[in-house]
Amino acid sequence: MSTLTATAEEPRTAPARPAYRVTGRRVLASEWAKLWSLRSTWITLGLGLLFLVAFGLIAASRYKSEIGSGHMDRDFAASTAVSLSLFGTNFAQLALGVLGVLVTAGEYSTGLIRSTLAAVPRRLPVLWSKAAVFGLVALVVGTLGGFVAFLIGSGIVSGTPAAMSLSHAGVLRSLLGAGLYLGLVGVIGTALGALLRSVAGGISVLVATLMLIPGLISLLPSSWQNDISPYLPSNAGEAMFALTHDSMTLSPGAGLLVFLCWTALALGGAAYRLVRTDV
Amino acid sequence: MIDARRLTKRYGEKTAVDGLDFVVKPGTVTGFLGPNGAGKSTTMRMIVGLDAPTSGSVTVNGHPYARHQAPLQEVGALLEAKSIHPGRSAYNHLRALALTHGIPGGRVDEVIELAGLGSVAKKRAGAFSLGMGQRLGIAAALLGDPQTVMLDEPVNGLDPEGVLWIRNLLKGLADQGRTVFVSSHLMSEMALVADHLIIVGRGRLLADTTVADLIREAGGDTVKVATQDPARLRDVLAGPGVEVTGRIGSEELQVSGLTAREIGLRAAEHGIALFELSARSVSLEEAFMDLTRDAVEYHGSTTGVDTLGRPA
Repeated sequence: MSTLTATAEEPRTAPARPAYRVTGRRVLASEWAKLWSLRSTWITLGLGLLFLVAFGLIAASRYKSEIGSGHMDRDFAASTAVSLSLFGTNFAQLALGVLGVLVTAGEYSTGLIRSTLAAVPRRLPVLWSKAAVFGLVALVVGTLGGFVAFLIGSGIVSGTPAAMSLSHAGVLRSLLGAGLYLGLVGVIGTALGALLRSVAGGISVLVATLMLIPGLISLLPSSWQNDISPYLPSNAGEAMFALTHDSMTLSPGAGLLVFLCWTALALGGAAYRLVRTDV
Repeated sequence: MIDARRLTKRYGEKTAVDGLDFVVKPGTVTGFLGPNGAGKSTTMRMIVGLDAPTSGSVTVNGHPYARHQAPLQEVGALLEAKSIHPGRSAYNHLRALALTHGIPGGRVDEVIELAGLGSVAKKRAGAFSLGMGQRLGIAAALLGDPQTVMLDEPVNGLDPEGVLWIRNLLKGLADQGRTVFVSSHLMSEMALVADHLIIVGRGRLLADTTVADLIREAGGDTVKVATQDPARLRDVLAGPGVEVTGRIGSEELQVSGLTAREIGLRAAEHGIALFELSARSVSLEEAFMDLTRDAVEYHGSTTGVDTLGRPA
């Protein structure tokens, strides 16, 4: 009986329905809103920025205080204002990469992913949007932190052999390279989170890739090391923002290209799993 | 409108959903019943594309769910209750979902009020009770003003007031001409809201029927009579719509189509002595248990169930 009343009412309500539609830009807006509506985002980004600036300043201050003392480590003595102020990159990449993992894997661990993919059942726009939104945020934080660290750090080491200004050859490129590197680390984090669907797994693989594998490579015969080592994600990434390059490292452009390939590989794997497997 | 055809889902060796064929029509509340593990949730996940069918297909309003331009406007689904991030407020959760479709902020406020979450909308959803989480899930399901509303065990964790609210909500949605598909493992709850029932067991369709038919098929509303003269009583009671059964030589008869009061009056009229006269009403719960207990025996025999025991 209720079927009858229903068919009678349907034409009356049908034309009043608004024309909603899922678009790429709307998914981006949604992911943007999601990112900023969590307290953990603010805390982790703040930590990333703090690591970047604070460790840069600590390194610069230590250099300044030890430079006259004579008993200084030779590597440390060869530092530049750029290398000192970007000292915190290693720590900031951890904060930004982990937040990237949380952006995607966090949806699986909480169950939110079911709501997300029910709203966007084509799925891939969600991954692209997350990677774009968080990559951009990590890029901005990384660039901002790098510049702040350099501007203060170069002031600290002015008058020492490490002194440099922004107009110095390669300085601007290094600082922008560091920002771009951290942005891409953020993207790799989101990709690993989506690929492994586990916060712990994503963070483990991230840390292994960026920090442990370079150490393990030294166990290989040295002729292999020389062939493999420059192309590792961490070393290729470092080439993007290092001021000086030698025969063992890639040029900044080549480093960027290799690191982009690693990023694309991680994203491709994440996209494959997102489309192919049940949630 | 939900249309499942030979819908099947296997996880390795285990078949969770086994060739389900059913249609859920608009304008009525359709209950999706089955014991735990019968494949209800898996079926619902396939409807909104979270799980891909191993074989077969399911469409919503004529198309696979993922093909719709505005999926939330076609189907609003409550699957497992906590499909949220505990660190996000209810308002921000709904707003993020609304943004994907260009649903205006006013609609977010509307569903928050509708679900009775006004006072807690700005609080972290992780602090919500089970019932509050359920209400948030229902608010999310209604966000897109969908033609089809699909809720998996919606009354779980709700207090009596919440349960009543769900019942009225579901009936109201159906009266507006929407397709309402609700799963439960509790027949008693379904009996109060559903008009139509799709019953599954071990992933297979056991019955596709209405509440009224199910009661009738289960032998509901029969009267047991014991008498000194069963043969005469049969003749006395015979008439259109009345069915009398009983073993030969036994004093007991089962009568359907007449009330105990009518039987008693007629027997007295004809001077037939009765020893016992008791109305036996089969509960839906019993009917459901009977059906699911013999899951294997009954597999796919929907037509059999439909015609069984219909009074001649």
